[in-house]
Amino acid sequence: MSIETRAARTQLLLLRFLHGGTVPMLTVVLLALVVVFGLLLGERIVGVGALQSMAFQLPELGILSLAMMVALLSGGLNLSIIATANLCALTMAWVMTTQVPGAHGFMWVGWQVIAVLAGVAVAAIVGLINGFVIAYLGVSPILATLGTMTMCKGLSIGITRGNVISGFPDPIVFLGNGTLAGVPVALIIFLALCIPMAVLLNKTPFGHKVYMIGSSEKATRYSGVDTKRVLLGVYLLSSLLAVVAALVMMARFNSANAAYGESYLLVTILAAVLGGVDPFGGFGKVGGLVMALILLQVISSAFNLLDFSPFLTVAIWGALIVIVAALGVVIQTVGASKGQAR
Amino acid sequence: MSRAPSRATLAPALARFRRSHEFWLLVVIGALALVLSLATDSFLTLQNLFDLLTSNAFVGILASGLLVVLVAGGIDISFTATASVAQYVALTLGIRHGLGWFALFALAAAVGVVCGLINAVFITKLRISSIIVSIATLNIFYGLLIFTTGGRYITSLPKFFRDGISWFEYEDANGVPYALNLQILVLVLAFAAAWLLLNRTNVGRQIYAMGGNKDAAQRLGFHVFRLNVLVYGYLGFVAGIASLAQAQLAQSVTPTVLVGKELDVLAAVVLGGASLTGGVGTVFGAILGVALLAILQNGLVLVGVSSYWNQWFVGLTILCAVSITAWSERRRRAAKAIN
Repeated sequence: MSIETRAARTQLLLLRFLHGGTVPMLTVVLLALVVVFGLLLGERIVGVGALQSMAFQLPELGILSLAMMVALLSGGLNLSIIATANLCALTMAWVMTTQVPGAHGFMWVGWQVIAVLAGVAVAAIVGLINGFVIAYLGVSPILATLGTMTMCKGLSIGITRGNVISGFPDPIVFLGNGTLAGVPVALIIFLALCIPMAVLLNKTPFGHKVYMIGSSEKATRYSGVDTKRVLLGVYLLSSLLAVVAALVMMARFNSANAAYGESYLLVTILAAVLGGVDPFGGFGKVGGLVMALILLQVISSAFNLLDFSPFLTVAIWGALIVIVAALGVVIQTVGASKGQAR
Repeated sequence: MSRAPSRATLAPALARFRRSHEFWLLVVIGALALVLSLATDSFLTLQNLFDLLTSNAFVGILASGLLVVLVAGGIDISFTATASVAQYVALTLGIRHGLGWFALFALAAAVGVVCGLINAVFITKLRISSIIVSIATLNIFYGLLIFTTGGRYITSLPKFFRDGISWFEYEDANGVPYALNLQILVLVLAFAAAWLLLNRTNVGRQIYAMGGNKDAAQRLGFHVFRLNVLVYGYLGFVAGIASLAQAQLAQSVTPTVLVGKELDVLAAVVLGGASLTGGVGTVFGAILGVALLAILQNGLVLVGVSSYWNQWFVGLTILCAVSITAWSERRRRAAKAIN
């Protein structure tokens, strides 16, 4: 074998590897970035402290992105996740600040549980409204969730008059700021959600139906699946993930407000799509999303350490998705011409 | 349509209109306006009408541009960032070089068109869905704008710009002056331009055709890339113009104030009957959609509902409107299937 053909073969293998999916491609980008940032920043980006601070920041966006991803996989979109999370956080915050301080012993714990359950109930209601309007009335997901987003936010603003509710009991604050064996609790919560989500989506009938609906709702319905019920489940699940995000977010800030985390809304879509989720539905894995989130977090932390404006980070996040898409197109065309040459 | 309709063509046209989305919107707006005129003294006044038009002009102008993109089967939510960039660039350069009205508008429109073209190129050449591209470009434009400007306001605008225009001035019995101001003028021109583009040009037909079925349009020989350049460029152009009308009203340039309004504009256009799947939507509908949201919010204030509840009512209206539309559409299709 001559050197030339060997080079061609490695090139082809590399192309195939990159073409193989999102995770390898993102790994390459991530490694390249880590090397660059490592050379620029040294210990400050690859040290334990930096990793821990990244691990504190990642879960909020991560859980919200999971909530967005579920809807995206079914071929929809859920614009109401942040508004739902804030409404739930305010509900929980209201119960916690009015009932918990006066309670003692068993009831002190009891009211905290009730607070969380109240948040879950609110999320379930919003999720069911979304699911009903989308699945049974046939409204396009963007419009339906645009409506519920505005309503949830309107309700939060109307009730609180835009004010902040703050000061939660220690166990709640621990969820956002505590660590177990050096690992932030929030990260543990995020990972504890990722694994069952991956199993649910890839190993259960429900998950398969979600992917099928994402590929073609009509075909799925004609093959005997009750697509309306599945879609109802999708938006319920999306809302329930939002309430977990609410819990982590309110715990980290030790406060709740109608307008927290609003800038995350579009970023969750970016993260999911960067992680290989097809915006038209049907394709995407939790693993890809996690890789994308790590990538975004590394960029954000490094830029922060380099003293760049957070707005530059946002711009780079946007550029990243265009670059990855462009790489995909380039690889596809190069791969196609290589394939023809053989 | 330009010929005088005879009685034979008028009746079916009326019947068709009565089944249309616009008719029901008109009924809802009419009912709302009637209730508000009876309940308050201040709703049905010339002053309130002018205030309504002026304060909703920015959303309205953008709605006329977004409608064209939606009809073409695309979506764009980066236009608020485009407007912020156009506003900042045009007025910064305008102040530095002492530019006049025409140069300011030309500059803002040019910046808008460039941003729109970037969208069109990414969407067509990289084959990413338009919503993802526009989310990405929203972040890119906005992030770079705030990064380079540091989020600084521009408050010392040129005097002629601050004064704006006031044509056909008129004073009522109480001495309150009314005039055709910049916002209303641009608003009217924007809707007229969108109507002409969509209904009176060959390209307009092509835009509807592409929105209805992109593959079919492509096979008929329509140039999809060129059409995308046109519609996204057009929205960018409109965003540039709108941004100056907004800056004139606000009497300052605040780079952070526009981004976040994109979904309000989308809601208004969609309330007006434009479909997110493309090919459907009228300028008249978009006007009614903007009007409904504007009158609703105005009415709540006049009736004395705390403005903190504004958003809740808007959300409720959006959710009800889209639900009823989808439900009646579904019933009509079912009825058709039975026949």
